Amino acid sequence: MNNKKEKGILAVFDHPNRLLAAVKKVRQAGIRKLDTFTPYAIHGLDHAAGLKRSWIPYATLILSLTGWCLGFLFQAWTSAVDWPLNVGGKPFVSWPAFIPITFESMVLIGGVSTVLILFITCGLPNRKLPALDPRFTDDRFGLFVDKNDPYFDEAKLRHLLKECDAEEIKNVA
Amino acid sequence: MEIKGDKIIKEPLVAPDLVLADVNRDVCRPLESFPSRKWYICLAIALSALSVGAMMVTGLIGKGIGVTGLNQPVGWGAFDITNFVFWIGIGHAGTLISAILYLFRQKWRTAINRSAEAMTIFAVMTAGIFPLLHVGRQWYAFWLFPYPNQRLLWVNFRSPLLWDVFAVSTYFTISLLFWYTGLVPDLASVRDRCKNRVRKFIYTVLSMGWRGSARHWNHYEMAYLLLAALSTPLVLSVHSIVSFDFAVSILPGWHTTIFPPYFVAGAIFSGFAMVVTLLIIAREVFNLKKYISLYHLENMTKIMLLTGMMVGYAYLMELFIAWYSGSPNERFIFLNRLSGPFAWAYWIMMSCNVLVPQVFWVKKWRRSVPVMFVCSLLINIGMWFERFTIIVTSLHRDFLPSSWDSYFPTRYDWGITLGSFGFFFTFFLIFCRVLPTIAMFEVKSIMKIGRKESGAEMYAGVVARTD
Repeated sequence: MNNKKEKGILAVFDHPNRLLAAVKKVRQAGIRKLDTFTPYAIHGLDHAAGLKRSWIPYATLILSLTGWCLGFLFQAWTSAVDWPLNVGGKPFVSWPAFIPITFESMVLIGGVSTVLILFITCGLPNRKLPALDPRFTDDRFGLFVDKNDPYFDEAKLRHLLKECDAEEIKNVA
Repeated sequence: MEIKGDKIIKEPLVAPDLVLADVNRDVCRPLESFPSRKWYICLAIALSALSVGAMMVTGLIGKGIGVTGLNQPVGWGAFDITNFVFWIGIGHAGTLISAILYLFRQKWRTAINRSAEAMTIFAVMTAGIFPLLHVGRQWYAFWLFPYPNQRLLWVNFRSPLLWDVFAVSTYFTISLLFWYTGLVPDLASVRDRCKNRVRKFIYTVLSMGWRGSARHWNHYEMAYLLLAALSTPLVLSVHSIVSFDFAVSILPGWHTTIFPPYFVAGAIFSGFAMVVTLLIIAREVFNLKKYISLYHLENMTKIMLLTGMMVGYAYLMELFIAWYSGSPNERFIFLNRLSGPFAWAYWIMMSCNVLVPQVFWVKKWRRSVPVMFVCSLLINIGMWFERFTIIVTSLHRDFLPSSWDSYFPTRYDWGITLGSFGFFFTFFLIFCRVLPTIAMFEVKSIMKIGRKESGAEMYAGVVARTD
């Protein structure tokens, strides 16, 4: 595999609980540069791997509110400033009639930006880092430890991972 | 769910003998083998219907919308708007399953959400055709969007019809993104199974290089939750706004405050009927009975029973309010619906939507596939006639008896309606062949795997703490 960025050890597990236990042990050994590859999200794994709660909700909140304001201001501007048009004797900014579109623009901008932010933060589309093992999207669970970690000690790690019932341990270079 | 003694026995969501590796293999099988004869027959029927529709649409665009049954006084909609409301309604069940059931942590949704969401996308696409045709000069349809133009005009933001443009286009965009986001990990699974180079390339591009890293899952789960949270009010708003098209006007039978919840309940009702119809066929043709079990179908019949009764309540309340309002026009419109020239449509609606779902009180019938299939078809027919009744009976006899007339659909109306079914089913059949019809990663996450395996128990403490 012509993988220039990732070098280290990859352990393959056949059960999420084994992966979870291994992640805890590897973290206890002081290693921080690790990643796991799983076919589905495993509850508790993000916590065990030392990941914080995703910050995406804050971005969604801000962008949704921006969408709400933009939607309303655009309607008010077209109806009252750019071309004031008297419709049925109502005020130019007849705000209750603007609420449905204001709501829709909130959802549209909030939703589209959430998806874009998700892809950007995850570095997708990703062409540089290939899947380390095709089984990780099927029924196997992988733990990758980066060589650059200051606590990286290959012999020790191999021993530790074997203790955790890793099905297979291999070098990624 | 069953109660035996002091224990509650829950039905398994997937067949208990399955292991993780079975999921990818079973769900991807239709993608990796040549289509069966049954599939070709279905596609041929769908394409024939679609071509009839395409011919009629060509004629309609060439000659103008006068070729349909539109005339005074039924000058708005009839078939066009009936079909529009019908198809938009179908779509709502998909979003209910994917977003609302997700927020309520209903694990049984995992087997059905992918195909229900696909149904949503295709139903909204089908629905979109009708207002587009209905505008008359279809080549100017883009005037519906507010964009700077040399006429210096803006659209009228106070019009419910414009709210509809925004609601439906937002609904389509968000549903598509929600669907695609949900597909990415599964597309990666398909990619990793591919042997053919062209296929591999296509699924690599589509899956965008997803590899299931813990960091990615962390953000992914959160973004998915947010999309569900945004889609939930969105789906309620869309059919409310569709109902404003009617409720904001002053016509008797349309001008009622009950319309938004009544339309939303009806949309979910008809949508679930369509999901049941499609899934009964799909689980048979693609051999997915281990994943889409009777338990899933039974849950959906329960939702149909509930929403069917909500719709029935709305029908009765409409009648009551028409009488209670004391308005002679309101009273007349409902008497005309019950006993006028379109009474047959009203009674089809009443019997299919209110009486038919009552069979689901009986557990034996809730778990019988033939009963479910027939009922879901009848409900769809009933819901189509509900929209037909609302639109035609209110328009054909309004305030002035001198302007009363009837409504006569032409072959264009029937042809385009048939074509819309062809359009929808063509897309759905192709979907079943090129994308995984079951959310594989979500099904894997609810499977009880290896609990009895040796060694698994020793880590049980770890799971208990982190859960």
